[in-house]
Amino acid sequence: MGRYFRTLRRFWGMALASEVEYRFNLLIELVAVVANLASSLFVLSLFFGDGHRLGGWSWPAALVVLGVHQLLDGLTITLLQPNLTRIVSHVQEGTLDFVLLKPIDSQFWLSCRTISPWGLPPMLAGLAVIGWAAQRAGAPADPTTLVIAGLMLLCSAVILYSLWFLIAASSIWFVKIWNATEVLRTLLTAGRYPISAYPPGLRLLLTVVLPIAFLTSVPAEAILGRATASWLVASGALALMCLLISRWFWRFALRSYTSASS
Amino acid sequence: MAMISVEGLSKTYRVANKQPGLVGTLRHALRRQTTDVAAVADVSFRIEPGEMVGFLGGNGAGKTTTLKMLSGLIHPSAGRVEVAGHTPQRRQAPFLRQITLVMGQKQQLLWDLPPRDSLRLNAAVYGIDDREAERRIGELAAMLELGDELNRPVRKLSLGERMKAELLAALLHRPAVLFLDEPTLGLDVNAQARVRQFLAEYNQRFGATVLLTSHYMADITALCPRVLLIHQGRLFYDGSLAALSARLAPCREVRLELTTILPASSLERFGTIEALEGRTVRLLIRRDQLTARVGELLAALPVADLEVRDPPIDELIGTLLQQGVIG
Repeated sequence: MGRYFRTLRRFWGMALASEVEYRFNLLIELVAVVANLASSLFVLSLFFGDGHRLGGWSWPAALVVLGVHQLLDGLTITLLQPNLTRIVSHVQEGTLDFVLLKPIDSQFWLSCRTISPWGLPPMLAGLAVIGWAAQRAGAPADPTTLVIAGLMLLCSAVILYSLWFLIAASSIWFVKIWNATEVLRTLLTAGRYPISAYPPGLRLLLTVVLPIAFLTSVPAEAILGRATASWLVASGALALMCLLISRWFWRFALRSYTSASS
Repeated sequence: MAMISVEGLSKTYRVANKQPGLVGTLRHALRRQTTDVAAVADVSFRIEPGEMVGFLGGNGAGKTTTLKMLSGLIHPSAGRVEVAGHTPQRRQAPFLRQITLVMGQKQQLLWDLPPRDSLRLNAAVYGIDDREAERRIGELAAMLELGDELNRPVRKLSLGERMKAELLAALLHRPAVLFLDEPTLGLDVNAQARVRQFLAEYNQRFGATVLLTSHYMADITALCPRVLLIHQGRLFYDGSLAALSARLAPCREVRLELTTILPASSLERFGTIEALEGRTVRLLIRRDQLTARVGELLAALPVADLEVRDPPIDELIGTLLQQGVIG
């Protein structure tokens, strides 16, 4: 385990060292975060403009959902996108061989190899929105709620990672997979708004087929102290299942790679 | 006990037969037709600890496929492989700690950072502590004559320096078995010699077993007393380099630039015609007859330019196989 932590420290140390060269990016990223957040806030304020409620959610409660979405988007920029989109070039350039010959879990290597600091501003913005909105919505700030909320956020991060990894791993067969991750990111924008705001059919689709409800609305409910035990269990079970599927799928993909590559 | 033992090793690929163009693509999408291509067929050999063995063969002969099966990157279609007491395809950590694979045309060092960063990362991955890692880096760097280059971004290094740093990164965990696929590819003559000298020294100092492929005959002659010759996936020769050279050495390649185009019939009497394209001719002439034959052809033919050299390995092997000299 110590070896993995030491490796992770090296991974991220190296990534930050090569990012220092591009400081101007930070400014652009900050502008993008503010603009993105402002547009979401504007759309949301249109729904609530004359005291309406959206799918049974008050204005500040819906803001918590938006904050969770922002947090996950930051996670995508920080970890998922820079690491997982690289699998394609590893396959194309044949450097996946070097990863497979290291005495370390290849899924760990490919998922944690690098880190991009440019996702931190959106993550901080997301946390700020969540904190402010939760307070306005009168959410309880007791330790139990905080722990449960933290666990639910972790579950949603695991689910999101697993979805990304499944798509990225299929680049072993289909090399042009980058577009599919863009589709995933676009679908996730559906998670900006409370799930109950959508028509029943779409709601079912976003909960059962694509677990978008579990990514934003369920953790938001937990933050607001309204989560029921059954949702918590379902969320944890789904996260575990997604993670196991991603590991199984990677082993399956590698079997195909090692029997077909030349 | 043998360090590497291979028995009846085969690898077959399923290749799609697709006609070119849109029609071909559509037809292929409707009814896939595939053929099985044998990249490696029924290869067997054993390599003892500390041996340096050269792996010879032309492009597509099956060298890289064999090396990848030995390192566990490709699953064999048939046969048995054992390296350092392990089955490579399982890729278990104790096996991976004992081997390394260096590929001349691929690199593991990070482009934007100095090699030292990649070396420290490898140290962490292999669980080598910082002091021990620094000691090993110092030792290998001295052997490779690498100094300040380790602190410069990889993209600013010359090809030779980069290859030396690649070797350092590949050997930091002190593997017992080295698989080297074209480690001198594209290097200039001096850098090639430097890498060769390093490999010989490394083998002596650490007793490592080395299996090396190369396009340059000089690499093999300098390093490997024993060679394996593979052609179209089959092992044709396994034995001392001296014995193989005795069969190969009689021939040298004479490249002629003529002032007029001549038919093959008027060239045959000087040697075996390897290629005849317009006014360019390549002949294989036995070494013991070389001076006499070159004298004759200079007198008899309208020669504009003439060059004598060792023929490329793959063509030589092809010709020898056709003639039934080996195999």
